[in-house]
Amino acid sequence: MAETEEAVRCTAVTKEFGTGGTVRALDAVDLTLRAGEFFSLLGPSGSGKTTLLRLIAGFERPTRGRIELAGRDVTALAPHRRDVHTVFQDYALFPHMTVEQNVAYALTVRGVRKPERTARAREALATVRLDGFAARRPDALSGGQRQRVALARALVDRPAVLLLDEPLGALDLRLRQEMQTELKELQRTTGITFLLVTHDQEEALTMSDRVAVVSDGRIEQTGPPLEVYERPATAFVAGFVGTTNLLRGEAAVRVVGRPGAYSIRPERIRLADPADAPPLDGERTVTGRIADIVHAGAHTRFTIALPHGDRLTVHRQNLAELPPTARPEAEIRLVWDEKDAFPVPG
Amino acid sequence: MRLSRTARIVLGCVTAAGLAVVYAPLLLVLLNSFNADRSFGWPPSGLTGEWWRAALHNDGARDALFTSLKAGLAATGIALVLGTMAAYAVHRHRFFGRRTVSFLLVLPIALPGIVSGIALNAAFRTVLDPFGIGFGLFTVVVGHATFCVVVVFNNVAARLRRISPSMAEASADLGARPWQTFRHVTFPAMRSALFAGALLAFALSFDEIVVTTFTAGPGTRTLPIWIYENLARPHQAPVVNVVAALLIALSVVPVAIAQRLSSDTAGGRL
Repeated sequence: MAETEEAVRCTAVTKEFGTGGTVRALDAVDLTLRAGEFFSLLGPSGSGKTTLLRLIAGFERPTRGRIELAGRDVTALAPHRRDVHTVFQDYALFPHMTVEQNVAYALTVRGVRKPERTARAREALATVRLDGFAARRPDALSGGQRQRVALARALVDRPAVLLLDEPLGALDLRLRQEMQTELKELQRTTGITFLLVTHDQEEALTMSDRVAVVSDGRIEQTGPPLEVYERPATAFVAGFVGTTNLLRGEAAVRVVGRPGAYSIRPERIRLADPADAPPLDGERTVTGRIADIVHAGAHTRFTIALPHGDRLTVHRQNLAELPPTARPEAEIRLVWDEKDAFPVPG
Repeated sequence: MRLSRTARIVLGCVTAAGLAVVYAPLLLVLLNSFNADRSFGWPPSGLTGEWWRAALHNDGARDALFTSLKAGLAATGIALVLGTMAAYAVHRHRFFGRRTVSFLLVLPIALPGIVSGIALNAAFRTVLDPFGIGFGLFTVVVGHATFCVVVVFNNVAARLRRISPSMAEASADLGARPWQTFRHVTFPAMRSALFAGALLAFALSFDEIVVTTFTAGPGTRTLPIWIYENLARPHQAPVVNVVAALLIALSVVPVAIAQRLSSDTAGGRL
């Protein structure tokens, strides 16, 4: 049945806050999550992505619209009656309980008997590699360990959907990257539908099967990470997902050679010597002056000043050393495939 | 901050003097309860346990102690129930007049006791008299409860503000019904605040004298009232001293516990 393949479906969900709906956090949002997929809501803070998560969890009710879980209308259902668990940004572990009691909580309130509770809590702790921490209190754990306890607690009774609200925000870079791999692995092995809310585009792109980019209470684009990155549907998506050169109006005519609005990814632009042979068919070239060079580890970021005051950012992988001509104020030729100037509406 | 040697000595002396002003009279009361001289001549002519024996067998003092305990426990019980419910309502729900309710709840503790006393006295006379309920322990309990509710309310409200709202959400999210969330998560987090509030409420009720004077009937005597009435009687003075000494000793315990509870920043354990 096609319907049971849907884990979550939001139909025209609107959420207004304040008296008389002064603030519209979500504006007629439609969203469908397939069962078993890793889905990310990506957007800047205040875009409404956390509100959508809270509506699905049941902490808030939508002003208008309908929310279904596995085909069942849950719009008016209290959180404790939804087969959905949340990993909170601040983890929300119960400080007066041990790690094991925390993890077993969902089983405790359902009246599961102690031996089974303990066994399943230990099993859940093992899946997040926290064996041996059962008797500790949350305040005796590091940030990364608390994160894992929160995960184990939310996964212990295998909910249909796991909601993750910026779960890695409080961790340092190294731990964050480690947890990204682990979360993805966990999602694959459990087969549970994951809905991740994040403002970190790298996080969304590396972990998700599909991404929805949210801005100003609306979903701008939904699709697989590569598609969202390569073919942004709107100027906002092009600018928010990765860095890009947005060209419109006069600048588009000057640089791209056509009117309209275009996005050119910095890594798609090649640096060449001005004295080199002219470009091939289907290539576009402009010349400019190197305004700035920033070494960013694996790549180098060039800012190129074009005539008429236009500026382009170019990323060059540091596969080899920079040619001696690549220094500030030097004349430089930029070359890109015409297909890489991607038209964006808006 | 580093202080010079002189500054440290001077500050130490000032602190010692300040503490002496507060505690020397209390020590004197303790000492005088063993003073063999009936008129508390100084230095004591000798030490005796006679006054303590006399106090133990003084029916008036014993009755007053039990009246005070009963009034304190009852007022604390009422305060715990009403104060917790009020704090919960004001914290968790948004309703019309929420700030006003919060303000009106806290106000009684700031009102002069004599004003509350007169007001309660008049109210009881007009409202309770027709029902045949006279002034007595019941009216004292109600009078004390008016300000005991405030300390419980304040303690619980402060704790609720510190408990992350995601805690209750997490509990509901994991499948707990509202009463399960209260039992497993909210109540354990509030327990020490409730206990501290109860101790303070009991202490307030136990040494209250102004409101008690206006709400107690002629036959109802709490310990502070008994002390006050017997202070002027020369032959009772030694016993009054013993009762006061006992009260000092008994006050140390709840204050020490309350202080330990409020310094417990984790808040969950008791």
